[in-house]
Amino acid sequence: MTAPILEMRGIAHRFGGLDVLADISLNIAAGEFVSILGPSGAGKSTILRILTGGQRPDRGEILFEGTTLEASRQPFAFMPQRDALMPWRRVLDNTTLGLEVQGVKRAEARRRVQPLFAEFGLEGFETHYPSELSGGMRQRTALLRTVVQQRPMMLLDEPFGALDALTRFGMQRWLEAMWTHHSWTAILVTHDVREAVALSDRIYVLSPRPARIVHEIEIDLPRPRTVAGPHQPQMTAIENTILELLLHPKEE
Amino acid sequence: MSFSNPPARRIISTVGHILPALCSVGLLILVWELYARFSGISPTTLPSPSRVLAQAVVHRHALWDNTVPTVRATVLGFSCSLAAAFIFSVLIDFFRRLRRALFPIFIISQTLPLVAIAPLVVLWFGFGLTPKILLVALVTFFPMLVALAQGYEATEEEIELLLASMGAPRWKRFLLARFPAALPHFFAGLRISITYAVVGAIFAEYAGAAQGLGIYILNAKNNFRPDLVLAAVLVSALLTLTLFGASVLVQYAAMPWTRRGRYTLR
Ligand SMILES: Nc1ncnc2c1ncn2[C@@H]1O[C@H](COP(=O)(O)OP(=O)(O)O)[C@@H](O)[C@H]1O
Ligand SMILES: [Mg+2]
Repeated sequence: MTAPILEMRGIAHRFGGLDVLADISLNIAAGEFVSILGPSGAGKSTILRILTGGQRPDRGEILFEGTTLEASRQPFAFMPQRDALMPWRRVLDNTTLGLEVQGVKRAEARRRVQPLFAEFGLEGFETHYPSELSGGMRQRTALLRTVVQQRPMMLLDEPFGALDALTRFGMQRWLEAMWTHHSWTAILVTHDVREAVALSDRIYVLSPRPARIVHEIEIDLPRPRTVAGPHQPQMTAIENTILELLLHPKEE
Repeated sequence: MSFSNPPARRIISTVGHILPALCSVGLLILVWELYARFSGISPTTLPSPSRVLAQAVVHRHALWDNTVPTVRATVLGFSCSLAAAFIFSVLIDFFRRLRRALFPIFIISQTLPLVAIAPLVVLWFGFGLTPKILLVALVTFFPMLVALAQGYEATEEEIELLLASMGAPRWKRFLLARFPAALPHFFAGLRISITYAVVGAIFAEYAGAAQGLGIYILNAKNNFRPDLVLAAVLVSALLTLTLFGASVLVQYAAMPWTRRGRYTLR
Protein backbone atom coordinates (compact mmCIF):
# COMPACT_ATOMS: atom_id res chain seq x y z
CA MET A 1 0.00 0.00 0.00
CA THR A 2 1.17 3.56 -0.67
CA ALA A 3 2.11 5.80 2.23
CA PRO A 4 -1.02 6.93 4.12
CA ILE A 5 -2.07 10.54 3.70
CA LEU A 6 -3.91 10.49 7.06
CA GLU A 7 -3.09 8.48 10.16
CA MET A 8 -4.93 8.41 13.48
CA ARG A 9 -3.01 6.67 16.25
CA GLY A 10 -4.54 5.54 19.54
CA ILE A 11 -7.19 8.26 19.68
CA ALA A 12 -9.27 8.17 22.86
CA HIS A 13 -11.93 10.57 24.07
CA ARG A 14 -14.48 10.97 26.86
CA PHE A 15 -17.33 13.46 27.24
CA GLY A 16 -17.47 14.11 30.97
CA GLY A 17 -18.07 10.67 32.45
CA LEU A 18 -18.98 9.12 29.10
CA ASP A 19 -16.26 7.02 27.54
CA VAL A 20 -16.85 7.51 23.80
CA LEU A 21 -13.68 6.55 21.93
CA ALA A 22 -11.53 3.86 23.53
CA ASP A 23 -8.80 3.40 20.97
CA ILE A 24 -9.07 4.46 17.35
CA SER A 25 -6.18 3.86 14.98
CA LEU A 26 -6.72 4.07 11.26
CA ASN A 27 -5.13 5.29 8.08
CA ILE A 28 -6.16 6.26 4.59
CA ALA A 29 -4.16 6.62 1.39
CA ALA A 30 -4.61 9.25 -1.30
CA GLY A 31 -7.46 8.36 -3.66
CA GLU A 32 -8.94 5.87 -1.23
CA PHE A 33 -12.60 5.76 -0.18
CA VAL A 34 -12.72 4.47 3.38
CA SER A 35 -15.84 3.91 5.49
CA ILE A 36 -16.16 3.94 9.24
CA LEU A 37 -19.08 1.68 10.03
CA GLY A 38 -20.61 1.47 13.47
CA PRO A 39 -23.86 1.47 15.41
CA SER A 40 -25.60 4.74 16.29
CA GLY A 41 -24.02 6.49 19.24
CA ALA A 42 -20.74 4.62 18.82
CA GLY A 43 -18.77 7.82 18.39
CA LYS A 44 -18.49 8.10 14.61
CA SER A 45 -19.34 11.79 14.50
CA THR A 46 -16.93 12.36 17.36
CA ILE A 47 -14.08 10.95 15.25
CA LEU A 48 -14.85 13.47 12.49
CA ARG A 49 -15.23 16.26 15.01
CA ILE A 50 -11.75 15.48 16.31
CA LEU A 51 -10.39 15.55 12.76
CA THR A 52 -11.97 18.92 11.97
CA GLY A 53 -10.66 20.44 15.18
CA GLY A 54 -14.09 20.77 16.79
CA GLN A 55 -12.89 18.60 19.66
CA ARG A 56 -9.47 17.84 21.13
CA PRO A 57 -8.81 14.15 21.75
CA ASP A 58 -7.79 13.11 25.28
CA ARG A 59 -5.11 10.82 23.92
CA GLY A 60 -3.48 9.84 20.66
CA GLU A 61 -2.09 11.68 17.69
CA ILE A 62 -3.15 12.57 14.18
CA LEU A 63 -0.68 12.76 11.31
CA PHE A 64 -1.50 14.32 7.98
CA GLU A 65 1.07 13.74 5.26
CA GLY A 66 3.49 12.66 7.96
CA THR A 67 3.28 15.74 10.20
CA THR A 68 1.00 16.48 13.14
CA LEU A 69 -2.27 18.16 12.34
CA GLU A 70 -2.30 21.70 13.71
CA ALA A 71 -5.49 23.68 14.04
CA SER A 72 -4.35 26.19 11.44
CA ARG A 73 -4.11 23.68 8.61
CA GLN A 74 -7.47 22.47 7.35
CA PRO A 75 -6.92 19.61 4.91
CA PHE A 76 -10.52 18.41 5.20
CA ALA A 77 -13.75 19.36 3.52
CA PHE A 78 -16.42 18.34 6.00
CA MET A 79 -20.04 17.43 5.36
CA PRO A 80 -21.85 17.35 8.72
CA GLN A 81 -24.57 14.92 9.65
CA ARG A 82 -27.81 16.58 8.51
CA ASP A 83 -27.04 18.84 5.59
CA ALA A 84 -26.33 22.05 7.56
CA LEU A 85 -27.53 24.18 4.65
CA MET A 86 -28.13 27.79 5.59
CA PRO A 87 -31.85 28.45 5.04
CA TRP A 88 -31.18 32.13 4.37
CA ARG A 89 -28.75 31.48 1.52
CA ARG A 90 -29.77 30.49 -1.97
CA VAL A 91 -28.51 27.16 -3.28
CA LEU A 92 -25.71 28.83 -5.22
CA ASP A 93 -24.56 30.82 -2.19
CA ASN A 94 -24.69 27.72 0.00
CA THR A 95 -22.36 25.89 -2.35
CA THR A 96 -19.83 28.74 -2.43
CA LEU A 97 -19.71 29.05 1.37
CA GLY A 98 -16.40 27.25 1.80
CA LEU A 99 -14.72 29.31 -0.90
CA GLU A 100 -16.04 32.53 0.62
CA VAL A 101 -14.61 31.54 3.99
CA GLN A 102 -11.28 30.91 2.27
CA GLY A 103 -11.41 34.50 1.04
CA VAL A 104 -12.32 33.84 -2.59
CA LYS A 105 -14.30 36.74 -4.10
CA ARG A 106 -17.99 35.98 -4.49
CA ALA A 107 -18.01 36.35 -8.28
CA GLU A 108 -14.96 34.12 -8.64
CA ALA A 109 -16.46 31.53 -6.27
CA ARG A 110 -19.66 31.45 -8.29
CA ARG A 111 -17.71 31.09 -11.51
CA ARG A 112 -15.95 28.05 -10.09
CA VAL A 113 -19.07 26.37 -8.75
CA GLN A 114 -21.44 26.96 -11.65
CA PRO A 115 -20.00 24.33 -14.06
CA LEU A 116 -20.58 21.62 -11.43
CA PHE A 117 -24.30 22.24 -11.06
CA ALA A 118 -25.24 20.00 -13.98
CA GLU A 119 -23.15 17.08 -12.72
CA PHE A 120 -24.81 17.41 -9.31
CA GLY A 121 -28.30 17.52 -10.81
CA LEU A 122 -28.91 21.01 -9.48
CA GLU A 123 -29.07 22.92 -12.72
CA GLY A 124 -31.89 25.46 -12.71
CA PHE A 125 -32.03 25.50 -8.90
CA GLU A 126 -29.21 27.98 -8.31
CA THR A 127 -31.50 30.74 -7.07
CA HIS A 128 -33.80 28.49 -5.04
CA TYR A 129 -33.70 28.44 -1.27
CA PRO A 130 -32.91 25.14 0.51
CA SER A 131 -36.50 24.93 1.81
CA GLU A 132 -37.63 24.53 -1.80
CA LEU A 133 -35.48 21.44 -2.43
CA SER A 134 -36.23 17.75 -2.01
CA GLY A 135 -34.19 15.74 0.49
CA GLY A 136 -31.95 14.27 -2.18
CA MET A 137 -31.28 17.67 -3.73
CA ARG A 138 -30.41 19.11 -0.34
CA GLN A 139 -27.82 16.37 0.12
CA ARG A 140 -26.38 16.99 -3.34
CA THR A 141 -26.16 20.70 -2.54
CA ALA A 142 -24.31 19.91 0.68
CA LEU A 143 -22.03 17.54 -1.20
CA LEU A 144 -21.33 20.15 -3.87
CA ARG A 145 -20.47 22.63 -1.11
CA THR A 146 -18.00 20.02 0.19
CA VAL A 147 -16.46 19.12 -3.16
CA VAL A 148 -15.75 22.68 -4.37
CA GLN A 149 -13.55 23.41 -1.38
CA GLN A 150 -10.93 21.29 -3.17
CA ARG A 151 -9.35 20.01 0.01
CA PRO A 152 -7.12 16.94 -0.11
CA MET A 153 -9.71 14.86 1.73
CA MET A 154 -13.47 14.80 2.31
CA LEU A 155 -15.21 13.75 5.52
CA LEU A 156 -18.82 12.70 5.00
CA ASP A 157 -20.96 12.12 8.09
CA GLU A 158 -23.91 9.85 7.21
CA PRO A 159 -24.72 11.88 4.10
CA PHE A 160 -27.79 9.82 3.21
CA GLY A 161 -29.03 8.95 6.69
CA ALA A 162 -32.09 11.17 6.49
CA LEU A 163 -33.30 10.05 3.05
CA ASP A 164 -36.02 7.56 2.18
CA ALA A 165 -34.79 4.18 0.94
CA LEU A 166 -35.34 4.80 -2.76
CA THR A 167 -33.75 8.25 -2.79
CA ARG A 168 -30.87 6.93 -0.71
CA PHE A 169 -30.22 4.15 -3.19
CA GLY A 170 -30.29 6.61 -6.08
CA MET A 171 -27.84 8.85 -4.26
CA GLN A 172 -25.49 5.93 -3.53
CA ARG A 173 -25.44 4.98 -7.18
CA TRP A 174 -24.81 8.58 -8.16
CA LEU A 175 -22.05 8.98 -5.55
CA GLU A 176 -20.34 5.82 -6.74
CA ALA A 177 -20.30 7.13 -10.31
CA MET A 178 -18.93 10.48 -9.13
CA TRP A 179 -16.15 8.81 -7.17
CA THR A 180 -15.23 6.40 -9.93
CA HIS A 181 -14.90 9.41 -12.17
CA HIS A 182 -12.99 11.77 -9.86
CA SER A 183 -11.21 9.38 -7.44
CA TRP A 184 -11.47 11.81 -4.55
CA THR A 185 -10.07 10.79 -1.17
CA ALA A 186 -12.81 10.44 1.43
CA ILE A 187 -13.84 9.05 4.77
CA LEU A 188 -17.51 8.09 4.90
CA VAL A 189 -19.16 7.60 8.26
CA THR A 190 -22.26 5.40 8.18
CA HIS A 191 -24.31 2.82 10.03
CA ASP A 192 -25.59 1.35 6.74
CA VAL A 193 -23.75 -1.89 5.96
CA ARG A 194 -24.84 -2.09 2.32
CA GLU A 195 -23.86 1.50 1.73
CA ALA A 196 -20.40 0.90 3.16
CA VAL A 197 -19.83 -2.27 1.13
CA ALA A 198 -21.12 -0.71 -2.08
CA LEU A 199 -19.03 2.44 -1.91
CA SER A 200 -15.80 1.67 -0.03
CA ASP A 201 -12.33 0.50 -0.90
CA ARG A 202 -11.90 -0.34 2.76
CA ILE A 203 -14.14 -0.50 5.83
CA TYR A 204 -13.32 -0.05 9.49
CA VAL A 205 -15.95 -1.62 11.74
CA LEU A 206 -16.42 0.00 15.14
CA SER A 207 -17.55 -1.64 18.36
CA PRO A 208 -20.39 0.00 20.31
CA ARG A 209 -19.33 2.75 22.70
CA PRO A 210 -16.57 3.05 23.90
CA ALA A 211 -15.52 2.60 20.30
CA ARG A 212 -12.54 0.63 19.14
CA ILE A 213 -11.90 -0.84 15.71
CA VAL A 214 -12.98 -4.47 15.74
CA HIS A 215 -12.41 -5.25 12.10
CA GLU A 216 -10.86 -3.90 8.93
CA ILE A 217 -12.07 -5.19 5.56
CA GLU A 218 -10.58 -4.50 2.16
CA ILE A 219 -13.28 -4.64 -0.52
CA ASP A 220 -11.73 -5.58 -3.80
CA LEU A 221 -14.80 -5.90 -6.00
CA PRO A 222 -15.32 -4.38 -9.45
CA ARG A 223 -17.37 -1.22 -9.86
CA PRO A 224 -20.08 -0.22 -10.35
CA ARG A 225 -21.38 -2.27 -7.45
CA THR A 226 -24.70 -0.46 -7.11
CA VAL A 227 -25.99 -2.05 -10.32
CA ALA A 228 -26.79 -5.77 -10.57
CA GLY A 229 -23.90 -7.98 -11.63
CA PRO A 230 -21.87 -11.12 -10.97
CA HIS A 231 -20.22 -9.53 -7.90
CA GLN A 232 -23.50 -9.57 -5.97
CA PRO A 233 -23.08 -12.90 -4.10
CA GLN A 234 -19.67 -11.77 -2.85
CA MET A 235 -21.12 -8.45 -1.67
CA THR A 236 -23.89 -10.24 0.20
CA ALA A 237 -21.32 -12.51 1.87
CA ILE A 238 -19.28 -9.52 3.04
CA GLU A 239 -22.41 -7.74 4.26
CA ASN A 240 -23.38 -10.81 6.28
CA THR A 241 -19.94 -11.06 7.88
CA ILE A 242 -20.11 -7.42 8.93
CA LEU A 243 -23.67 -7.72 10.21
CA GLU A 244 -22.62 -10.63 12.42
CA LEU A 245 -19.76 -8.51 13.78
CA LEU A 246 -22.11 -5.63 14.55
CA LEU A 247 -24.82 -7.78 16.09
CA HIS A 248 -22.51 -9.96 18.21
CA PRO A 249 -19.58 -7.69 19.00
CA LYS A 250 -18.43 -9.60 22.12
CA GLU A 251 -17.52 -12.85 20.31
CA GLU A 252 -14.75 -11.14 18.33
CA MET B 1 -41.54 24.65 -5.83
CA SER B 2 -43.11 28.05 -5.43
CA PHE B 3 -46.59 28.88 -6.53
CA SER B 4 -47.17 32.57 -7.01
CA ASN B 5 -50.81 33.44 -6.38
CA PRO B 6 -52.60 35.47 -8.99
CA PRO B 7 -53.25 38.93 -7.52
CA ALA B 8 -57.00 38.44 -7.15
CA ARG B 9 -56.58 35.31 -5.05
CA ARG B 10 -53.95 37.09 -3.01
CA ILE B 11 -56.25 39.99 -2.18
CA ILE B 12 -59.06 37.62 -1.24
CA SER B 13 -56.75 35.68 1.07
CA THR B 14 -55.46 38.90 2.68
CA VAL B 15 -59.02 40.09 3.31
CA GLY B 16 -59.83 36.67 4.73
CA HIS B 17 -56.88 37.09 7.04
CA ILE B 18 -57.84 40.46 8.50
CA LEU B 19 -61.62 39.98 8.41
CA PRO B 20 -61.90 38.42 11.91
CA ALA B 21 -59.91 41.31 13.38
CA LEU B 22 -62.08 43.90 11.59
CA CYS B 23 -65.23 42.19 12.84
CA SER B 24 -64.16 42.02 16.48
CA VAL B 25 -62.95 45.64 16.55
CA GLY B 26 -66.08 46.79 14.74
CA LEU B 27 -68.32 44.95 17.18
CA LEU B 28 -66.51 46.47 20.17
CA ILE B 29 -66.93 50.00 18.79
CA LEU B 30 -70.60 49.33 18.01
CA VAL B 31 -71.34 48.15 21.56
CA TRP B 32 -69.52 51.18 22.97
CA GLU B 33 -71.44 53.55 20.68
CA LEU B 34 -74.79 52.06 21.59
CA TYR B 35 -74.03 52.08 25.32
CA ALA B 36 -72.83 55.72 25.25
CA ARG B 37 -75.96 56.82 23.36
CA PHE B 38 -78.72 54.91 25.07
CA SER B 39 -77.61 54.28 28.66
CA GLY B 40 -77.93 57.97 29.53
CA ILE B 41 -74.31 58.23 30.64
CA SER B 42 -72.88 61.76 30.39
CA PRO B 43 -70.45 62.40 27.51
CA THR B 44 -68.06 64.02 30.01
CA THR B 45 -67.76 60.60 31.63
CA LEU B 46 -67.88 58.29 28.62
CA PRO B 47 -68.04 59.95 25.20
CA SER B 48 -69.23 57.87 22.27
CA PRO B 49 -66.73 56.81 19.59
CA SER B 50 -68.45 59.06 17.04
CA ARG B 51 -68.01 62.04 19.36
CA VAL B 52 -64.34 61.17 19.92
CA LEU B 53 -63.83 61.03 16.19
CA ALA B 54 -65.71 64.29 15.58
CA GLN B 55 -63.69 66.11 18.25
CA ALA B 56 -60.47 64.66 16.87
CA VAL B 57 -61.33 66.23 13.52
CA VAL B 58 -62.22 69.56 15.13
CA HIS B 59 -58.97 69.63 17.11
CA ARG B 60 -56.82 68.11 14.37
CA HIS B 61 -54.32 70.98 14.30
CA ALA B 62 -53.61 70.82 18.02
CA LEU B 63 -53.45 67.03 17.85
CA TRP B 64 -51.03 67.14 14.94
CA ASP B 65 -48.78 69.72 16.67
CA ASN B 66 -48.59 67.43 19.69
CA THR B 67 -48.13 64.27 17.66
CA VAL B 68 -44.97 65.44 15.90
CA PRO B 69 -42.83 65.72 19.07
CA THR B 70 -44.09 62.33 20.26
CA VAL B 71 -43.18 60.71 16.96
CA ARG B 72 -39.76 62.35 17.09
CA ALA B 73 -39.11 61.09 20.63
CA THR B 74 -40.38 57.62 19.77
CA VAL B 75 -38.33 57.22 16.61
CA LEU B 76 -35.13 58.66 18.11
CA GLY B 77 -35.50 56.70 21.34
CA PHE B 78 -36.27 53.52 19.52
CA SER B 79 -33.34 53.93 17.12
CA CYS B 80 -30.94 54.51 20.02
CA SER B 81 -32.40 51.49 21.79
CA LEU B 82 -32.07 49.33 18.70
CA ALA B 83 -28.44 50.33 18.18
CA ALA B 84 -27.63 49.76 21.86
CA ALA B 85 -29.39 46.38 21.92
CA PHE B 86 -27.45 45.25 18.88
CA ILE B 87 -24.08 46.43 20.21
CA PHE B 88 -24.62 44.87 23.64
CA SER B 89 -25.95 41.63 22.15
CA VAL B 90 -22.76 41.29 20.10
CA LEU B 91 -20.58 42.11 23.10
CA ILE B 92 -22.23 39.58 25.38
CA ASP B 93 -22.13 36.99 22.60
CA PHE B 94 -18.38 37.37 22.27
CA PHE B 95 -17.59 37.83 25.97
CA ARG B 96 -19.48 35.42 28.20
CA ARG B 97 -18.25 37.07 31.39
CA LEU B 98 -19.68 40.38 30.27
CA ARG B 99 -23.03 38.65 29.88
CA ARG B 100 -22.99 37.52 33.49
CA ALA B 101 -21.91 40.97 34.62
CA LEU B 102 -24.48 42.96 32.65
CA PHE B 103 -27.61 40.83 32.61
CA PRO B 104 -28.56 41.51 36.24
CA ILE B 105 -28.39 45.24 35.53
CA PHE B 106 -30.61 44.89 32.48
CA ILE B 107 -33.12 42.80 34.40
CA ILE B 108 -33.20 45.29 37.29
CA SER B 109 -33.80 48.08 34.76
CA GLN B 110 -36.98 46.23 33.75
CA THR B 111 -38.28 46.17 37.31
CA LEU B 112 -38.23 49.97 37.69
CA PRO B 113 -41.79 51.33 37.85
CA LEU B 114 -42.19 53.86 35.04
CA VAL B 115 -44.37 56.10 37.22
CA ALA B 116 -41.46 56.60 39.60
CA ILE B 117 -38.65 56.74 37.12
CA ALA B 118 -40.23 59.07 34.53
CA PRO B 119 -40.44 62.17 36.81
CA LEU B 120 -36.89 61.49 38.03
CA VAL B 121 -35.49 61.31 34.52
CA VAL B 122 -37.29 64.57 33.69
CA LEU B 123 -35.88 66.09 36.88
CA TRP B 124 -32.36 65.08 35.87
CA PHE B 125 -32.47 65.82 32.16
CA GLY B 126 -35.03 68.62 31.85
CA PHE B 127 -38.03 69.07 29.60
CA GLY B 128 -36.17 68.49 26.33
CA LEU B 129 -35.84 65.47 24.11
CA THR B 130 -33.21 63.61 26.17
CA PRO B 131 -35.46 62.21 28.93
CA LYS B 132 -37.98 61.00 26.33
CA ILE B 133 -35.30 59.20 24.36
CA LEU B 134 -34.00 57.62 27.55
CA LEU B 135 -37.41 56.41 28.68
CA VAL B 136 -38.32 55.00 25.29
CA ALA B 137 -34.98 53.22 25.25
CA LEU B 138 -35.51 51.92 28.77
CA VAL B 139 -38.78 50.18 27.88
CA THR B 140 -37.75 48.88 24.45
CA PHE B 141 -34.11 47.85 24.97
CA PHE B 142 -34.49 44.64 26.95
CA PRO B 143 -36.94 42.66 24.76
CA MET B 144 -34.72 43.27 21.74
CA LEU B 145 -31.55 42.37 23.59
CA VAL B 146 -33.00 39.13 24.90
CA ALA B 147 -34.39 38.25 21.47
CA LEU B 148 -31.01 38.80 19.83
CA ALA B 149 -29.08 36.88 22.50
CA GLN B 150 -31.48 33.94 22.26
CA GLY B 151 -31.42 34.11 18.49
CA TYR B 152 -27.64 33.75 18.38
CA GLU B 153 -27.89 30.71 20.63
CA ALA B 154 -30.49 29.16 18.35
CA THR B 155 -27.92 28.75 15.57
CA GLU B 156 -27.83 25.17 14.34
CA GLU B 157 -24.80 23.47 15.87
CA GLU B 158 -24.00 21.63 12.65
CA ILE B 159 -23.68 24.92 10.80
CA GLU B 160 -21.19 26.19 13.37
CA LEU B 161 -19.23 22.93 13.15
CA LEU B 162 -19.21 23.26 9.38
CA LEU B 163 -17.88 26.82 9.48
CA ALA B 164 -15.28 25.85 12.08
CA SER B 165 -14.16 23.01 9.81
CA MET B 166 -13.76 25.53 7.01
CA GLY B 167 -11.42 27.51 9.24
CA ALA B 168 -13.78 30.45 9.80
CA PRO B 169 -12.72 32.60 12.76
CA ARG B 170 -15.24 33.48 15.47
CA TRP B 171 -16.28 36.82 13.94
CA LYS B 172 -16.90 35.20 10.55
CA ARG B 173 -19.01 32.50 12.18
CA PHE B 174 -20.99 35.30 13.79
CA LEU B 175 -21.59 37.16 10.55
CA LEU B 176 -22.26 34.11 8.39
CA ALA B 177 -24.31 32.01 10.80
CA ARG B 178 -25.21 33.42 14.20
CA PHE B 179 -26.54 36.77 13.02
CA PRO B 180 -28.79 35.52 10.19
CA ALA B 181 -29.98 32.66 12.41
CA ALA B 182 -31.05 35.24 14.99
CA LEU B 183 -33.19 37.28 12.59
CA PRO B 184 -36.54 35.54 13.20
CA HIS B 185 -36.03 35.91 16.97
CA PHE B 186 -34.91 39.48 16.55
CA PHE B 187 -38.03 40.46 14.63
CA ALA B 188 -40.25 38.80 17.23
CA GLY B 189 -38.50 40.91 19.90
CA LEU B 190 -38.70 44.00 17.72
CA ARG B 191 -42.47 43.69 17.39
CA ILE B 192 -42.88 43.40 21.16
CA SER B 193 -40.57 46.36 21.75
CA ILE B 194 -42.23 48.59 19.22
CA THR B 195 -45.58 48.31 20.98
CA TYR B 196 -43.95 49.74 24.11
CA ALA B 197 -42.19 52.59 22.34
CA VAL B 198 -45.06 55.07 21.86
CA VAL B 199 -46.37 54.37 25.35
CA GLY B 200 -42.89 55.07 26.75
CA ALA B 201 -42.69 58.43 24.95
CA ILE B 202 -46.17 59.46 26.11
CA PHE B 203 -45.31 58.54 29.68
CA ALA B 204 -42.17 60.68 29.52
CA GLU B 205 -44.18 63.63 28.22
CA TYR B 206 -46.82 63.12 30.87
CA ALA B 207 -44.09 63.56 33.47
CA GLY B 208 -43.07 66.87 31.96
CA ALA B 209 -42.86 68.34 28.49
CA ALA B 210 -43.65 71.49 26.55
CA GLN B 211 -45.49 69.60 23.82
CA GLY B 212 -46.49 66.08 22.94
CA LEU B 213 -49.38 63.66 23.16
CA GLY B 214 -48.56 62.97 26.80
CA ILE B 215 -48.92 66.57 27.83
CA TYR B 216 -51.99 66.92 25.57
CA ILE B 217 -53.64 64.03 27.41
CA LEU B 218 -52.75 65.59 30.77
CA ASN B 219 -54.29 68.93 29.79
CA ALA B 220 -57.40 67.36 28.29
CA LYS B 221 -57.92 65.36 31.46
CA ASN B 222 -57.52 68.47 33.64
CA ASN B 223 -60.09 70.27 31.48
CA PHE B 224 -62.58 67.39 31.87
CA ARG B 225 -62.43 66.47 28.20
CA PRO B 226 -62.33 62.64 28.10
CA ASP B 227 -63.27 62.88 24.42
CA LEU B 228 -59.97 64.63 23.70
CA VAL B 229 -58.06 62.21 25.93
CA LEU B 230 -59.49 59.39 23.85
CA ALA B 231 -58.76 61.25 20.61
CA ALA B 232 -55.09 61.40 21.65
CA VAL B 233 -55.21 57.72 22.62
CA LEU B 234 -56.57 56.98 19.16
CA VAL B 235 -53.64 58.82 17.61
CA SER B 236 -51.15 56.93 19.76
CA ALA B 237 -52.80 53.62 18.83
CA LEU B 238 -52.51 54.54 15.16
CA LEU B 239 -48.83 55.40 15.69
CA THR B 240 -48.14 52.05 17.29
CA LEU B 241 -50.02 50.21 14.56
CA THR B 242 -48.02 52.08 11.91
CA LEU B 243 -44.72 51.19 13.57
CA PHE B 244 -45.85 47.59 13.96
CA GLY B 245 -46.79 47.47 10.28
CA ALA B 246 -43.44 48.97 9.34
CA SER B 247 -41.59 46.31 11.32
CA VAL B 248 -43.59 43.58 9.59
CA LEU B 249 -42.68 45.10 6.22
CA VAL B 250 -38.99 45.29 7.15
CA GLN B 251 -39.07 41.66 8.23
CA TYR B 252 -40.79 40.71 4.99
CA ALA B 253 -38.03 42.45 3.03
CA ALA B 254 -35.17 41.21 5.22
CA MET B 255 -36.10 37.51 5.25
CA PRO B 256 -37.08 36.57 1.70
CA TRP B 257 -36.33 32.88 2.32
CA THR B 258 -39.28 32.55 4.70
CA ARG B 259 -41.67 33.31 1.86
CA ARG B 260 -40.56 30.35 -0.21
CA GLY B 261 -40.90 26.58 -0.20
CA ARG B 262 -41.66 24.78 3.02
CA TYR B 263 -42.08 27.95 5.05
CA THR B 264 -45.20 28.95 3.17
CA LEU B 265 -46.88 25.56 3.58
CA ARG B 266 -48.60 26.10 6.87
N1 LIG C 1 -20.58 17.49 22.85
C1 LIG C 1 -20.93 16.37 23.50
N2 LIG C 1 -21.04 16.37 24.84
C2 LIG C 1 -21.39 15.23 25.52
N3 LIG C 1 -21.65 14.06 24.94
C3 LIG C 1 -21.55 13.99 23.60
C4 LIG C 1 -21.19 15.12 22.81
N4 LIG C 1 -21.17 14.77 21.52
C5 LIG C 1 -21.51 13.45 21.50
N5 LIG C 1 -21.73 12.99 22.74
C6 LIG C 1 -22.09 11.60 23.09
O1 LIG C 1 -21.10 10.75 22.57
C7 LIG C 1 -21.67 9.57 22.05
C8 LIG C 1 -21.24 9.38 20.62
O2 LIG C 1 -21.79 10.41 19.83
P1 LIG C 1 -21.57 10.49 18.26
O3 LIG C 1 -20.11 10.59 17.98
O4 LIG C 1 -22.43 11.58 17.76
O5 LIG C 1 -22.13 9.07 17.78
P2 LIG C 1 -22.49 8.56 16.31
O6 LIG C 1 -22.12 9.63 15.34
O7 LIG C 1 -21.67 7.30 16.13
O8 LIG C 1 -23.94 8.25 16.31
C9 LIG C 1 -23.18 9.71 22.19
O9 LIG C 1 -23.58 8.95 23.31
C10 LIG C 1 -23.39 11.18 22.44
O10 LIG C 1 -24.49 11.37 23.29
MG1 LIG D 1 -23.27 10.74 14.16
